[in-house]
Amino acid sequence: MSDSHGAHGGALAHHFEDLEQQREAHTLGMWAFLVTEVLFFGGLFGAYAVYRSSYPQAFANASNQLDHVLGGINTAVLIGSSFTMVLAVHAAQLRRKWQIFGWLWATIVLGAVFLGVKYVEYHHKWEHHLVPGPNFLFEGQPGGSEQLFFALYFSMTGLHAFHMVIGAGVLIWLSVLALKGRFDEPGRNAVEMAGLYWHFVDLVWIFLFPLLYLLGRHQ
Amino acid sequence: MSAAGPIPGPIPAPSPALGRASRENYLTADYSWRSWLLTVDHKRIGILYLLSVTGFFFLGGLFAVLLRLELATPQGDLVQAETYNKLFTMHGLVMIFFFLVPSIPGVLGNFFVPIMIGAKDMAFPRLNLLSWYVYMIGGLVSFLAIVMGGVDTGWTFYAPYSSTYANSNVALTAVGVFITGFSSILTGLNIIVTVHKMRAPGMTWFRMPLFVWAHYATSLIMILGTPVLAITILLLALERLFHIGIFDPKLGGDPVLFQHLFWFYSHPAVYIMILPAMGVISELVAAFSRKRIFGYSFVAFSSLAIAVLGFLVWGHHMFLSGQSVYAGVVFSVLSFLVAIPSAVKVFNWAATLYKGSVLLSTPMMYVLGFLGLFTIGGLTGLFLACLGLDVHVHDTYFVVAHFHYIMVGGAVMAFLGGLHYWWPKMFGRMYPEALGKFSAVVVFIGFNLTFFPQFLLGYLGMPRRYHAYPEEFGVLNVLSSAGASILGIGYLLPMVYLIWSLRYGPAAVQNPWGAKGLEWEKAPTPPPTFNFDATPVVTQEAYAYADDLPAEPTRPEASYV
Repeated sequence: MSDSHGAHGGALAHHFEDLEQQREAHTLGMWAFLVTEVLFFGGLFGAYAVYRSSYPQAFANASNQLDHVLGGINTAVLIGSSFTMVLAVHAAQLRRKWQIFGWLWATIVLGAVFLGVKYVEYHHKWEHHLVPGPNFLFEGQPGGSEQLFFALYFSMTGLHAFHMVIGAGVLIWLSVLALKGRFDEPGRNAVEMAGLYWHFVDLVWIFLFPLLYLLGRHQ
Repeated sequence: MSAAGPIPGPIPAPSPALGRASRENYLTADYSWRSWLLTVDHKRIGILYLLSVTGFFFLGGLFAVLLRLELATPQGDLVQAETYNKLFTMHGLVMIFFFLVPSIPGVLGNFFVPIMIGAKDMAFPRLNLLSWYVYMIGGLVSFLAIVMGGVDTGWTFYAPYSSTYANSNVALTAVGVFITGFSSILTGLNIIVTVHKMRAPGMTWFRMPLFVWAHYATSLIMILGTPVLAITILLLALERLFHIGIFDPKLGGDPVLFQHLFWFYSHPAVYIMILPAMGVISELVAAFSRKRIFGYSFVAFSSLAIAVLGFLVWGHHMFLSGQSVYAGVVFSVLSFLVAIPSAVKVFNWAATLYKGSVLLSTPMMYVLGFLGLFTIGGLTGLFLACLGLDVHVHDTYFVVAHFHYIMVGGAVMAFLGGLHYWWPKMFGRMYPEALGKFSAVVVFIGFNLTFFPQFLLGYLGMPRRYHAYPEEFGVLNVLSSAGASILGIGYLLPMVYLIWSLRYGPAAVQNPWGAKGLEWEKAPTPPPTFNFDATPVVTQEAYAYADDLPAEPTRPEASYV
């Protein structure tokens, strides 16, 4: 970008004293960012809590419309992707270029599988008029408070899916960097930071799945 | 006598260019447009913020002028009610999201937090630049919404009016505010990491200037509160565009939920606006009393206390919104608690003045204005936190006067004071002191004339957000409008003479105020790109004035011949 910023052969940016300081700053920055993400999703979780307690029966009925098998498969896929992500971070620490590349792509593919399944689910909802809006129908009736459940379902899982797309983009970029041989300290840290983000997004799903698919299901 | 020696040596004659000094500084390092628009230097980004917040300030001010013109007469003769609704909405939106929130952190915080802790730059210089671009994109989107006909929901975007019924550019404005929020998040994140990880050797937490503490507390609010605003605005946009029902009572949605989510950010946002101002005041009080600030650690922790308590009081905006009475009681009590750390600050500033060697310079005059006005604004806030009294004054001009005493009498006064104080460091030029004092007085008089009558109007029952009013409110409204014109002059004056001083002001020495702090003692004027010639090593507490207190305070006027 600029003449002097990011000079010093690429590893250490000019304004840091040493690599250790740079690594700590990046790590703290990532954690602070994840805190903002918690609050970002937090508003939706708050809305969910309010409406679930206001309309428990409608939420249970609406929840029954979700495909818990697909949801369960997706949960497994996502946990698997976190595992491959950890292996990518491990490979980065060992500076094994092809392993980093391979595990990053395994993670990306699992993420894509998740999004594909999500697409199938969304498509079903669309066909059954379960997307909130003027065309919403629940068991043949125009929207009651069941619509609120689906409004939250689409907002929450949509926002989650959006985060996965961003995450996959970052991982693709890192895999290119890995091939270019960026095994120096900041490059290694970057894989770790992306890992933190990926695990966070995974963790959001770990909350979304029971709240949306399972809770009150058999009522 | 140390580096704080009061009397500057012979003043070099002002020369046409800023770079009169032989050494290169951040301003003279490169003159190209590209070097400004792609800069990652926190000081240049601060200047970019200064230019943009000034632009938005005068845009918001223009709306205020139109509002006060309309209210000069009881009838609605200048604008229609609908236009008036748009004017007060856009005044609020521009002033809050595009001026007050980014003003002190974006300009003074960006410029001075790294210097005050002895760092070469923010922890994330590119993110810093990105935050300015995000701010500008959000600002331009909102500006586009204004140009395309404006928005009339009030800056609070209350549902279901905003989500279902409003017939103005709600969605586009909301997108602008949504985008700008991320700028705030990025700034906050950057400051937090900078304060944690970039401090110079010896700069312990309790040697940090209180300006840095205040910015740290502000940044905590920015990263914790702003994402909630973002999601709220997103839900509002979804509701408006797709009618998903989340705030629509017809579908079981609850408009009060919108208010809860909105104020969860927007009440702490008040502290995003005032905490950095308090940081500025702490610096100025110490510098112009030539005394260590009284109760340093209390002032530092009161910033954090305000940041934490600020998250627990949002319900006091909703006493009349159908929220439960018990919630109202709790929110009322918690709101009273915020008064404690705020009062700790005011008392400690007053105690710093006591037996200090006070110099009534321009920045100090803004400080004294701040102390009085903030105290009035804060105490009237307690009136509003009373469940009973709030019923009487809710949504009246009493509320309008209250928050203008905090936002304008507090935050804007501090911003102007800070801008004068650090102007020599930022640009290497002194501003004209006599004019500075004069306009500080004009601002103070104009402000009080504008807003004090509004307390009376509100108490007498004049509701806010109407373009016409009964005859009997006429006198007080005329006073208020007259005051607004004086206040306007008070704001135009500094802009004129500060710009004038860039070219014709006397050259500033490194430490024209004889003040303590790395920005004065170690950083050249104006600072070079990396701020210091060598990484400073800190061996003293902040504001260590006592040891070398000169017999007479510095008189920078001496440099005007």
